[in-house]
Amino acid sequence: MKQLLFLLRKEFRQIFRNKSILAIIFVAPMMQLIILPLAASYEIKNINLSVVDHDHSSFSRELIQKITASNYFKLQYYGEDYQKAFETIESEKSDIILEIPPKFEQNLVRENQQKVLVAINAINGTKAGLGGSYLAQILQDYNQNIQTKLSPQLLEFQKNAGLEVNATLWFNRFYNYRLALVPGILAFLVTLVGGMLSALNIVSEKEIGTIEQINVSPIKKSTFILGKLIPFWILANVAFTMGLLVSRFVYGIEIYGSLPLLYFFVGVYLLAILGFGLLISTYSETQQQAMFTIFFFMMIFIMMSGLYTPIESMPEWSQKLTLLNPLTYLIEVIRLIMLKNSGFKDLIPQFVSILGMAVFFNSWAVWNYRKTS
Amino acid sequence: MKQLFPFIRKEFYHVLRDRRVLLMLFALPIVQVLLFGFALSTEIKNTKVAIFDQDKSIISAQLVSKIHENQYFDIEKNLTFNKDFENAFKDGKTKLLLVIPSDFSENLTQEKKAKLQILIDGTDVNLGNQIANYFQNIVLDFYQNQQKETMQTFSVSPEIKMLYNPQLKGAPNFVPGVIALVLLIVCVMMTAIAIVKEKETGTMEILLVSPIKPQFIIISKAIPYFILAMGILGVILLLSYFLLDLPIKGSIILLFFVSTIFIITNLLIGILISIFSKTQQQAMLFSMMGTMLPTLMLSGFMFPIENMPIPLQVMSNIIPAKWYYIMIKNIMIKGTGLAVIWKSLLILIGMMMVLFTIAVKKFKIRLE
Repeated sequence: MKQLLFLLRKEFRQIFRNKSILAIIFVAPMMQLIILPLAASYEIKNINLSVVDHDHSSFSRELIQKITASNYFKLQYYGEDYQKAFETIESEKSDIILEIPPKFEQNLVRENQQKVLVAINAINGTKAGLGGSYLAQILQDYNQNIQTKLSPQLLEFQKNAGLEVNATLWFNRFYNYRLALVPGILAFLVTLVGGMLSALNIVSEKEIGTIEQINVSPIKKSTFILGKLIPFWILANVAFTMGLLVSRFVYGIEIYGSLPLLYFFVGVYLLAILGFGLLISTYSETQQQAMFTIFFFMMIFIMMSGLYTPIESMPEWSQKLTLLNPLTYLIEVIRLIMLKNSGFKDLIPQFVSILGMAVFFNSWAVWNYRKTS
Repeated sequence: MKQLFPFIRKEFYHVLRDRRVLLMLFALPIVQVLLFGFALSTEIKNTKVAIFDQDKSIISAQLVSKIHENQYFDIEKNLTFNKDFENAFKDGKTKLLLVIPSDFSENLTQEKKAKLQILIDGTDVNLGNQIANYFQNIVLDFYQNQQKETMQTFSVSPEIKMLYNPQLKGAPNFVPGVIALVLLIVCVMMTAIAIVKEKETGTMEILLVSPIKPQFIIISKAIPYFILAMGILGVILLLSYFLLDLPIKGSIILLFFVSTIFIITNLLIGILISIFSKTQQQAMLFSMMGTMLPTLMLSGFMFPIENMPIPLQVMSNIIPAKWYYIMIKNIMIKGTGLAVIWKSLLILIGMMMVLFTIAVKKFKIRLE
């Protein structure tokens, strides 16, 4: 116990002496938390639109007017030349082309049905999907309008018939676009701070040579590992707290669930991720190796976490792989506790997985760290 | 010039000796390309749905089976009590809850008018809206089938054509991004750390007293990473061609030319970082905070730049990867050439020149 206290004091001194470690803990995460949610918005706005109008009728003009009046679409090109409209897509000046066929009005009145061509730059699938579905919504609105115009009696009939679907969004009364992202970034932040610091730590002692001195001292392996773990556990918790404050006061995200439960989970999770960092540290000879190894895993963790692409959309094999990803669990847990007030009972499966990982990584790290290497 | 070669050879040995770092450098893009190609997709499917059917009629069962057949939705659970209803979202899996009121079939058959309610997990607003849209379409379809005597309506429907990426795969968006990111890691981070490491261990002093000019020491350090970066670029392109079926539509020569400029720009950033840092940790930190994070966030490949607030849009202009990403996306996916990308190319070349000037100036100062 006494040895542990001495070790801890030494570690803390080293940490506070090293400005770059402090920057990893505080500056990088804050920068991320402040800039990322601003940058990462798929809010539907400013979709650039080119319109090719072969009809030039009052109907086509009304449609275009309806679209531009929605404030979500900005008209970049209007004319009759599809090729020119396509060039605006090529040069990224617009994202969507709407082509209104000739005799649009005439056919619509005669046949009741008309199609318009919508060509979307789909390199970014999310953006394309959103833009397309929004344009479709406006078209539906427009259909109602012409209904009224062309056959008022039909509208009267429709008013009294039909299947109405009321959609309500839960957990997000203010339509806050950042609600899904910020808790995810919080989870990533904790992972980054914990994983990176612990991975670099033992290995930097190896590289400088100071680890030899510890190896010849009477300190036990487990005490040594604990001495490394505890300071980073505390620092990562501090970083997490700062992150929570930012998400509360900068993004106005309130925590609906239990705060102690949230800290409890983060605490256990940190044991897992610190253990993972230590494990990498015990396997690496240079800081460069440790750095690239942790970087490699972080990239995969974040990509497979469901933060940017939904896990449900993955094929089955990779959905199974996400079960091995600690970050997936933490993102889920933070979202559930913060936004949905889930209780411990709802989170038992996640808890068991995280705890299992904590035990697994730490035992492996202690086992693999050999004092005599 | 003759003196330079042994130095370059020495640097190559340095790079090749650390097998594990090399492995990571190649494994990282390979894994990323594979994941983006086969695992990650932004398309919404298999959305978990809970159903609270209070009606339990033939018609409501038909509606449920219609939802069941749809590939976008998986029926996860059937709720029976009001209180389940409040907890339906708490496991985090269920994204949509359909409530069928008890008078649903009666209303629909007798009055031709009925109501349904859907509750959506709104934590992700965009996802929620998209799910709601899909769902409403299914319900509308269902209703039209129910009303056999089709009513006369006027409707304009969109015929949607997805340009460049008809299947809405993730790869066309992400492969160019992965290329930009990996070149950045290799050229900025690796180079900076490698040079600083010599400072940290003291071997830099030895190099500086050798008869070779200090500029050449730096150049010989950069060359292996240049070649490594080109190799990795080649590997990614081959993978995306053979595995992801993503051919390079434009000119390969232009692609490599543009990449050369980008690689040199990044090497210069790496060298500059090495000039300002004293320890490897500092170099890593500068590379991460100064280049990696801003590139991930602001280069446009994760998040569309047009949607960002104006200050961030302005900031994004100083990020070399943004311009490179635009160009490579154009050449690879759209198949356009110089006519479209010349502006971006000039900007990137300009950045390279500025960095080169700064590097040369700073480097002299350090040696005096």
